[in-house]
Amino acid sequence: MKILVCVSKTPETTAKISFNSENTEFSAAGVTFIMNPYDEWYALVRALELAKATSGTVTLISVGGIDVEPVMRKGLALDANDGVRIDAQPVSSMFTAFQIAEYALSQKYDIIFTGKETIDYNGSEVGAMIAEYMNVPFISYATKLEISGNTAMLERDIEGGAEELEVDLPFVVSAAKGMAEQRIASMMGIMKAKSKPIQVLAPQPFNNPVHVDRFILPKTKAGVKYVAADNMDELVRLLHEEAKVI
Amino acid sequence: MSVLIYAESHKGHFRKAALEAVTYGKKVADLLGVECAALTLGKVENAGDLGEYGAAKVFNVESVGDFDSQTYTLAIISIAQFTGANVIVMSNTATGKSLAGRVAVRMNAGLVSGATALPTMDGGVFKVKKSVFSGKAVADYEITSANKVISVTGNAIVPEKSGAAAVAVQPLNIEVPASRVRVKSIKTSEGIVPLPEAELVVSAGRGMKDPANWGIIEDLATALGATTACSRPVADAHWRPHYEHVGQTGVAIRPNLYIAAGISGAIQHLAGVNNSKVIVVINSDPEAPFFKAADYGVVGDLFQIIPKLTEAVKKYKSA
Ligand SMILES: Cc1cc2nc3c(=O)[nH]c(=O)nc-3n(C[C@H](O)[C@H](O)[C@H](O)COP(=O)(O)OP(=O)(O)OC[C@H]3O[C@@H](n4cnc5c(N)ncnc54)[C@H](O)[C@@H]3O)c2cc1C
Ligand SMILES: Nc1ncnc2c1ncn2[C@@H]1O[C@H](COP(=O)(O)O)[C@@H](O)[C@H]1O
Repeated sequence: MKILVCVSKTPETTAKISFNSENTEFSAAGVTFIMNPYDEWYALVRALELAKATSGTVTLISVGGIDVEPVMRKGLALDANDGVRIDAQPVSSMFTAFQIAEYALSQKYDIIFTGKETIDYNGSEVGAMIAEYMNVPFISYATKLEISGNTAMLERDIEGGAEELEVDLPFVVSAAKGMAEQRIASMMGIMKAKSKPIQVLAPQPFNNPVHVDRFILPKTKAGVKYVAADNMDELVRLLHEEAKVI
Repeated sequence: MSVLIYAESHKGHFRKAALEAVTYGKKVADLLGVECAALTLGKVENAGDLGEYGAAKVFNVESVGDFDSQTYTLAIISIAQFTGANVIVMSNTATGKSLAGRVAVRMNAGLVSGATALPTMDGGVFKVKKSVFSGKAVADYEITSANKVISVTGNAIVPEKSGAAAVAVQPLNIEVPASRVRVKSIKTSEGIVPLPEAELVVSAGRGMKDPANWGIIEDLATALGATTACSRPVADAHWRPHYEHVGQTGVAIRPNLYIAAGISGAIQHLAGVNNSKVIVVINSDPEAPFFKAADYGVVGDLFQIIPKLTEAVKKYKSA
């Protein structure tokens, strides 16, 4: 089985979120970047398990500058076979999806994994877009994926519940919690990753239909009002009369 | 030019998310000075009621089969072509997340998924806001393409009847190709408002000490009519189902009221809940970081406080 896993880099979860003085760009100074957790914990790990079970391969793909290579090396250390980097800033989900689809259409992958969403732009957009460019099924928020021959059995999250379904290969799937258990790279894996190939490709021309005009930081809270632990009637009164939420 | 809203349904009925999408779509149509129509797929009861929320026309394509993002996208695109729609609005639900990107690619449209406010139009510039960095910031996106797709985040807009009446549903038939997806089963917990839709949420964390202690949280949620949620370690330890996990790597929510008991308020937890209108924190540690993000705080033992709060809520409700 030949599997492609889309990986992106995101600011580490405790990173301070701030922008340039025009509020048009994220300030990356001093920020540590990690592999997007959904890509690493769920998409990549399940892909590795499936590849192992079928003597297949896992290729990582990322749209980004040279600065995404450390994240890709981490994926290689976890045991992915090789990587492909489309050498361009991921200016929008559609740009990113288009580049990944262009590459994937030139190959024959059985499954393309994405994470459920990136924790920076929180789009949950790229997977569906890749699938449409490739004209294949897309299963979102999958929490389980088993393969039998040419068919995959999946479970996916829906509002207030779960759906079980079957789909024929090839398809695109976005991986959510439950799909696999987070792994830690071994010393051996880290050593081997250093010499694994990352192919660098130029992007294809694309007309971008959307961009961030400006970022806005939320207003800070006015401050907490304490209520005595033995006076819950007062809390209920405040929620009703002051906050007007019940 | 017009607006087409895809109003999703579950087992033949609309949930709040669909009514939010129609309300939102109607307001976008007003902003652009164009007409708005709604599309429903599959068998839906009382679809014409969407007229009350501002849909001037309601279309239905009944024979779409099980949910498959590929065939549903084709249905939406066909009806968009039929009505000449250039703006598509839907809900940012599991369904919407499977569809919005596909529809945008098909229409060469700029997509903003998870819009948190109505678009603005200023000198011909069309902008839509959404929450980014897991709720730690907002981004104002400019869509420059003629076609646009927007999915609306839960609880971003209040469903609103526009004063218009229900309309007659116009059934349409389209060629839907065979699907490569076969739905085997759908399990949903009846009677519980799904977290992304919930207006009131009661959440608990490791301070609960043991999954057997959750009865007091459920009692409070029942008294309030709230949905329950939890912190990540609690879901990871299988104390609670994983769909209750809120935060940066769980569900992001924006209820009117979020009550957090025995949760320390780690930055990754706050990321998913800090768009709640009002936050109540109950924690025995007065230094717990969550108090900095709270509107109301109660310092003390949750095992004492929660039952008292439940009693107070019941008293208020019966008064
Ligand atoms: C990459 C990454 C992503 C993450 N994503 C998420 C996420 O999405 N969501 C999430 O929740 N976490 C997430 N985390 C974990 C997060 O960092 C915290 O570890 C977690 O939120 C802590 O959960 P907690 O508050 O339940 O437990 P704790 O931090 O252990 O807090 C328990 C609290 O209960 C209080 N308490 C104890 N006993 C009582 C009592 N009797 N009465 C009242 N209060 C009491 C304590 O004072 C304490 O404040 C993530 C971490 C990482 C590294
Ligand atoms: N720049 C990128 N390069 C490769 N894959 C990406 C990139 N951005 C997003 N993805 C993939 O698409 C998923 C969803 O991203 P998003 O639509 O931004 O929430 C991520 O979890 C990744 O798997």
